[in-house]
This record gives sequence, C-alpha cells and structure tokens, in this order.
Amino acid sequence: MSVARFWRKQINRYNLVGTHCKTCDTYYYPPRNVCPKCRRDGEIESHKFSGPGEIVTYTVIHTAAEGFEHQAPYVLGIIQLDEGPRFTSQVVCNPEDAHIGMRVKPVFRKLGESGDKGMIYYGTKYVPA
Amino acid sequence: MRDVAIIGVKNSKFGEMWDRSFRDIVVEAGVGAIEDSGVSGDRLDGMYVGNMSGGQFVEQEHIGALIADYSGLSLDLHVPSTRVEAACASGGLAFRQAVMAVASGHEDIVMAAGVEKMTDVSSTAASAALAAAADREWEGIMGATFPGLYAMIARMHMHEYGTTSEQMAEVAVKNHKNGSMNPIAQYKSPITVDSVLNSIMVADPLHIFDCSPITDGASAVVLAPAEIAHEYTDTPIYIKATAQASDTIALHDRRDITTLDASVAAGRRAFEMAKMTTKDIDLVEVHDCFTIAEICAIEDLGFAKKGEGGKMTEEGETAIGGKIAVNTSGGLKACGHPVGATGIKQVVEVTQQLRGEAGGRQVDGAEVGMTHNVGGSGATAVVHILARER
Repeated sequence: MSVARFWRKQINRYNLVGTHCKTCDTYYYPPRNVCPKCRRDGEIESHKFSGPGEIVTYTVIHTAAEGFEHQAPYVLGIIQLDEGPRFTSQVVCNPEDAHIGMRVKPVFRKLGESGDKGMIYYGTKYVPA
Repeated sequence: MRDVAIIGVKNSKFGEMWDRSFRDIVVEAGVGAIEDSGVSGDRLDGMYVGNMSGGQFVEQEHIGALIADYSGLSLDLHVPSTRVEAACASGGLAFRQAVMAVASGHEDIVMAAGVEKMTDVSSTAASAALAAAADREWEGIMGATFPGLYAMIARMHMHEYGTTSEQMAEVAVKNHKNGSMNPIAQYKSPITVDSVLNSIMVADPLHIFDCSPITDGASAVVLAPAEIAHEYTDTPIYIKATAQASDTIALHDRRDITTLDASVAAGRRAFEMAKMTTKDIDLVEVHDCFTIAEICAIEDLGFAKKGEGGKMTEEGETAIGGKIAVNTSGGLKACGHPVGATGIKQVVEVTQQLRGEAGGRQVDGAEVGMTHNVGGSGATAVVHILARER
C-alpha cells in the first residue's frame, strides 16, 4: 500500500476513530462517508471508540499473506466493539487460546512496512483483555 | 425483452498450462464456441469478456480489445468487445451482460467469454492479486487472505450449526469424483475425507484440499435470440432467468457471517423471474471456491435448510443421482478456478448437461439447471437459470 494511502487513514488506525450517524445513532468502524442505513439522510460525525470488544469469529492463518510470512501462524479475527461495529484485526495471542466470544482490548502495534526500506505502518491490533 | 438462447459452448482445458499464453487459451475457447454454434465469426455483433485481473496476472489491461483482435474480429469487422470485472464473478457477470444485450434487441449474435491466466506469476503473487477482491484497506492490511476470510465463515458455521470438518471434506470428495469424469478438469484423481483432513492447514479450519486451486483456463458461449436459435442448433438452451446482487465488500460488515445475502437475493430474484422453485432445478453449479462456500451456497439458494448444508452433503443428497446434483463439473474445487472464466464454465457445464452431452457425469433427464457465481467473500453474486424448454 502506498505511503499516502496509508497516511490518509492514520488517525483512524492509530486511535480507533470511526464515525457515528446522528440520524440513526449507529456507529461505524472502519469510518464511512455515507450512513448505509440512512444513506444521504444520515448525519455523520467523527467518533473515537472506547476500545474493548470480543471475537465474533476467527482463523489461524498458516499460509500467510504477502508481507506477513514471518508472522505465521497468526490469529485473524472479526472483532465486535462494545459500541457495535465489527472489523477485521489480528489478535496477538497463543493460537490455541483464541475462541469465539473471547474478550479483547486494543494495543498499538506495527502492522507492516512498505517494501524493504519503506515506511513502517503502525495501527491497532488486539490482545486478550 | 426477447428470449435468449445458448447456441454454442466451449471450454479450454483447465489446469497449469505453462506452454500456453493468455491469448492462446481464450482464442481456443472462443473459436471452439463459434464452431460449436455453427455461426460464422463475422456474424458476431458483440463480445463480453469476464476477466478479474489481467493487470496483475499477465500485466495486460485492455482485455476486451486484445481478445477481439486475436480472435480475428477487429480488422475490418470492428466487433465491439467489453471487459467485465467483478472479481471471481467476472465470468458470470459477462454472461449476464451478453444475455441483456441480446434480450434488449440491441445485438443479435453475441459471445460471452471468460479467461484467467494465473500461473504466469508466483503463487504468492497470485494470492496477492486474489486478495484485491476483498477490502484491501481494512482486511488485506491486517494480513487477511481469501482462505482466511472463508475460514472465518467456516468457523462461525461450525460454531452456530455444528458443521464439521468431515462434512466440509465431503464436498471436496464429491467434487473430485465428479471432476474425474470431466475431460477438462484440472484434477481427475478421486480423494478421500482422510486425505482432505490430513492435508496441510492453510487457514484453520480450512486445509489445502478444502481450497480451489490456481488455474489457467478460458470458457466461451455464443448467444442468439430464441426466435432464430433453431437456425443454428437442434438443441438451443434457453435462459429463463438472470439475476445479480451486491453485498458489503468486507466480511465484517455482513448481517450474518454464515449467510451470503447477495446469493440469497440473486437466487430469489432468479426464481421469481423464471417462475420456478428449487424443486424445478435438476442440477446446480455453485461457487465452491472453498468447501464451506458450497455448503453456504446450497443453503443460501434454498436447496438446504440453513445450517443443514453439511449434513445434506454428508448424506449424499448433493451427488449425481441425489436429491439435487451439485457441481457435476467438479466445481471450482476439482475442475479448477481460473477466476474470470469460472462463471462461463458453469454455464458451459449446465448447457452440456441439458443437451445430454455430459458423458459419465450426466444427470439423467436434466431439464433445468442453475449457475451461481460469487465475487470476493460474497460482495457480488450472479445467478442464472437455464432450461431445455423455452
């Protein structure tokens, strides 16, 4: 991913900043420009999430994505934040310990890097709460 | 809108074809479909080509024009050719565009083709190209792979409905058995439940034998208005329904992670359009990119009750001769999954079945068949119903 493409979403990735629709009172992370429920009638504002949530479902990836080879096996999960929205994140834990319903909390971690000499991408991963 | 018929079909061989190029395989399928139809190439009014990622797999864009050119349809004839992209549903969507072009009356004789050449890059690069069908910014960046996304569907399906790894393995066993009777299939060797469960883990709970392979291949069909189809063939196959639906690009935004709502919506629209129910369908080619995907597909399309797709497979009801024959071609799993071609290959398989030309994998007395092609982890679904009778 290009540096600019990552940098644009830095505030969201570093601080769990998503969006809240004031019209229907629903929360979104990742952030959205248009509320999927109210569509153009939605009134979107920025919202910083509290952090904790739980694992909805997960997998242990053995054949890694490009750039993640040194991390395998790693746990990838869909996390549901306490405010409602779901998103995909790595869960840093022993793969045998991961389970559906597991309580997790956010941590600031390196996500990857842009090539051998490129910028390091940081963001949020999850650990057992 | 006019009724539309299929008058010619052809698949290239599916597999790892080191000695053949992107253009070689698509020309083979396209010329084969024209020969099968009996039309002369210069009668073609248009082409629609499904291709997911020529840019990443063979560093070639402008696929529509390339194929028209190498099929001999550019010089003098200037046949319009349009590339259609919807990730792994590109082929099914190209077919749908071709059907609509003929149905609208704008074009008469039209080709729908699909092609992907996936082995000219490393398997890592191929996986990276495929991952672009998911949300790159919010799934890919966290290390998500396609097997990983479907593994999360599988984990949830096991948790909610008690589906087992053995039931998922039965999908692979059945599809390899069907593929062993398909001359174009990438894998023609039967496998066992044990060999699936003992194969290496790709993304828990999916083993490598739960996954469709990386494949080179192309497929093509020729369409005509139903009124004139008999001028070209004694066995035209009619399109009774064409339907498409969208869902969220990211798996995490789904209403229910174990249900592909796009498949549900496209299936429902297709049944309404054809004025049919699941009971009218003799065979269905579903999108089994992973074994769990076939289980979800037969549930989402209504052939199995929600949560019972695994049990139905285990009991042999989806085998040839069972309650509903699923993936007689061998599916994506055994036939291979050249992503842009798959949706057209499904149409070719159903057409051959309805014509009674499917050899050892023939479904006795097949009158009506369905195809179901999915893009990404379910962001696009395309469903067609084909029949012998107009």
